Amino acid sequence: MEQLNAVNDFVVRFANVNGTGSASANNMFAKAIFRMGIPMSPKNIFPSNIQGLPTWYEVRISEKGYLGRREGIDLMVCVNPQSMAEDVASVKPGGYFLYDNTKKLHPQFIREDIHYIGIPMTDMVMHQYSDPRQRQLFKNVVYVGALSALLDIEFEVLAGIIRDQFKKKEKLIAPNIKALELGLHFIHKHYDYPLDIRLERRDSVKDSILIDGNTACALGAIYGGATVAAWYPITPSTSVVSAFGKYVSKLRIDPETGKRKFAIVQAEDELAAMGVVIGATWNGARSFTATSGPGVSLMSEFLGLAYFAEIPAVLINVQRGGPSTGMPTRTQQPDILSSAYASHGDTKHILLFPSTPAECFELTASAFDLADRFQTPILVMSDLDLGMNEHMSPPLAWDDSRRYDRGKVLSAEELEKLERFGRYLDVDGDGICYRTIPGTHPTKGSYFTRGTSKDEYAKYTENGDAYVRNVDRLARKWETAKQAVPPPELYQSENRNAYGIIFFGTTTYAALEAMDLLREKGVELDAMRIRSFPFNETVLQFIEQHEKVFVIEQNRDAQMRSLLVNELEVAPKQLIPILNYDGKPIPADTIEQQIAKTFNSETRKDDLHKAQVPAS
Amino acid sequence: MTYIKPRFRHPELPKNKIGYAKADYEGAISTLCAGCGHDSISGAIVQACYELSIEPHRLAKLSGIGCSSKTPTYFLSNSHGFNTVHGRMPSIATGAYLANRELIYLGVSGDGDSASIGMGQFVHAVRRNVNMVYIVMNNGCYGLTKGQHSATADLGAQSKTGSVNPFPSIDLVGLALELGATFVGRSFSGDKTQLVPLIKAAMSHPGFALLDVISPCVTFNNQSKSTKSYDYVRAHLEATATIDFVPHKEEIRVDYHPGHSASVELHDGSVIQLHKLAPHWDPTDRNSAVTRLQESKIKGEILTGLLYIDPESQGLHDLEQTVPQALNTLQEEDLNPGAKLLDEINESFR
Ligand SMILES: Cc1ncc(C[n+]2csc(CCOP(=O)(O)OP(=O)(O)O)c2C)c(N)n1
Ligand code: SF4
Ligand SMILES: [Mg+2]
Repeated sequence: MEQLNAVNDFVVRFANVNGTGSASANNMFAKAIFRMGIPMSPKNIFPSNIQGLPTWYEVRISEKGYLGRREGIDLMVCVNPQSMAEDVASVKPGGYFLYDNTKKLHPQFIREDIHYIGIPMTDMVMHQYSDPRQRQLFKNVVYVGALSALLDIEFEVLAGIIRDQFKKKEKLIAPNIKALELGLHFIHKHYDYPLDIRLERRDSVKDSILIDGNTACALGAIYGGATVAAWYPITPSTSVVSAFGKYVSKLRIDPETGKRKFAIVQAEDELAAMGVVIGATWNGARSFTATSGPGVSLMSEFLGLAYFAEIPAVLINVQRGGPSTGMPTRTQQPDILSSAYASHGDTKHILLFPSTPAECFELTASAFDLADRFQTPILVMSDLDLGMNEHMSPPLAWDDSRRYDRGKVLSAEELEKLERFGRYLDVDGDGICYRTIPGTHPTKGSYFTRGTSKDEYAKYTENGDAYVRNVDRLARKWETAKQAVPPPELYQSENRNAYGIIFFGTTTYAALEAMDLLREKGVELDAMRIRSFPFNETVLQFIEQHEKVFVIEQNRDAQMRSLLVNELEVAPKQLIPILNYDGKPIPADTIEQQIAKTFNSETRKDDLHKAQVPAS
Repeated sequence: MTYIKPRFRHPELPKNKIGYAKADYEGAISTLCAGCGHDSISGAIVQACYELSIEPHRLAKLSGIGCSSKTPTYFLSNSHGFNTVHGRMPSIATGAYLANRELIYLGVSGDGDSASIGMGQFVHAVRRNVNMVYIVMNNGCYGLTKGQHSATADLGAQSKTGSVNPFPSIDLVGLALELGATFVGRSFSGDKTQLVPLIKAAMSHPGFALLDVISPCVTFNNQSKSTKSYDYVRAHLEATATIDFVPHKEEIRVDYHPGHSASVELHDGSVIQLHKLAPHWDPTDRNSAVTRLQESKIKGEILTGLLYIDPESQGLHDLEQTVPQALNTLQEEDLNPGAKLLDEINESFR
């Protein structure tokens, strides 16, 4: 049989039934590896269902710090008879299949090229615990205990996690540890251990944290000063607002009165959620909503209003598989175009593309500044993978000297000095006008906000010249925004290669790994990570400086590529789409193979070397 | 085109308690059809705000889309206004109110705006008891899109083009009562004596105050077989009571007739004085309001006046337990937990 022989470099997948409490045991497994200082990246693959359907949890352990998905399962922990056939098949030759052998494994699931580790989990918990719910929960903990022996997870680290988790329910600590021991001792007694895939403590995690992007966005909203959150539940964005609620109810309560310095509205639908946000920001508060594709579709009319009437708003779009209800619990990046141009008429919106939880935090907090400064909606483009999975991330960072940028808002004193206030009057040429908040001054600064066309003084008009002046000014504001939005990240001090690669958001992890894989094969690429729309000069230059650029994204129609072609007027042939849209996070091998294929078909390797720009 | 009224004022014009003349509450000249009911309601709003001595900048006026929703341009030009999108004013008002609980929010909508496209938002603003006055200028048709039946058109009513409405009407007043609205009234654009005190009472009510105001569309729905025409409405009006609104600290001068009179004291100390026209109705008893409404409906009457008020009403901010100051005045110190706390949060993720 094939030998895997891997230390800190393998993939473990858990096959569970949803609603059985497996999540917390699986998280404990991942966290233990993290606390052993080894980089790893866990992913939930779950159905749109509450109880009874198959769900998977996949942990990639990577000494080198690769956090994207990798194909091929080294160890399968299968506690779900429903998906057994699929699960057996997905194990790599030489890999391991750990299962509950209380019932004998059906011969159809036997493969010659993998190892089987049977543990009578159901039997063990039946004897140990009397409460049926406990039996179900502890069955999960038993396999974690077994893994601790098989993979060399430090037992004390697992025990520490349990102690942390049940700080407030101390009674539960002992039975949990007992369950771990049951698994551990069973392996000690019946199997050789550790396996030829195993863990070794490292110091590679440093000050990283393990957090999901939605929680990071929620904290970003708190640090960004949001007081009004309005939403309608939708996977995968729901946990943004639940995390916001959890933290504000600790951080934003008046200590003396117990009153809240925030309001959360669970609206009747996404239309209303967006309306609440616009009403609140129009009235001078910072406000946000979180939603996903179907919600953005419903919010479109309001997004157009906010764009045209120039009202700040922050929308966190945690993307999921579309179209329509699509694959509600699978990841994609399918709303690039529908977000960039959401709503009718000549409308465009500023988009931000975080790729790590730390950036979810940072970009959400900055979104409030940008929204106020540009008086327009800002869409933070997260996705299910980033939002709902935990990621190893640099810590969230805030500098106490940082101040909110509330943009051009006139105070009563400033209004007092003003001859005549023009809400849509561009006094300094940047396309951004001064606004006033209702109730500021008794006689000055009031105006009528509307989604219809208006002149510089906010008076309704259907005069064509006034209309053109206004929409041209909005285009000028868009130009100003190009300089203010986060610039792209370049991965080389100088572009040196003929071919480039562009990625954004969660394709980043896999793209960086794919570049390493390609480099091993002698293919060097320059790389750029897009962090925002509108695209600034650097983005255009990067494309112009390369013969061909691969654009990596997770949708069928290469939407980012379309946006680049449309906005920068680059030749479509120059941008080669590299796509993955099966609902699972893109693995590095997919990128590497697609790029390699293009190289083989389009350019012979020698030509490519010739095409390299000489280093100057 | 918007007409701006000349701002010349006669020095001897009467002033209210805060020194404003009635003209200070007016807006641009209306561009609605001459005789449109909506203009009379604008006039009543101006009158009510003048009489209540409201500081115009402490009031925000919001509307949806429709002829009715255009009216905020025609009153209170010193107030901030927001002409939102069709049927969505309630959510904007909810957000605005959450951001600043200190302003008065006056929402203006149409029957199309509220009973059709915006029904969902209307219902939920009622349910949340958003502290606002919500006036529906109800003409039984879509004025701005040229007279189609609306959902408040009565069964069998005939439009100007002759089409007969085959569906029962939605009665926003009955619906609001059912939903638990804390202030419900109905009036007629042609009855200022009733409408002005009703608006004043609604403005003093801490919670969602619905005023369904029948407001004939002279251009598209004033023909003989319409049930929202001036003639039809006048012939079928029936009131719960005559109403007088006595603001906080003013002397109550209305004669009190036991059995026929009722007075409701509001949170801010103002008083609604009612001279009841039907004995079995109590304005603070929701059931009696529902019954009274049903009785009139059966008789084919249009019941107007204050129908129901909950004097214990608590607005959304109180239900949400927010701090007493406006959320939009909170400063960075109140909002941002700071770097040290973030370190602790980071630590909890290790
Ligand atoms: C989304 C959307 N659909 C349709 C319209 C067109 N529209 C404008 S006003 C209106 C009806 C207004 O009726 P109502 O609210 O009763 O106001 P009225 O004009 O009768 O006062 C319609 C359908 C629109 N503005 N927006
Ligand atoms: S069309 Fe009807 S509702 Fe509109 S302004 Fe004319 S009369 Fe009024
Ligand atoms: Mg109407």
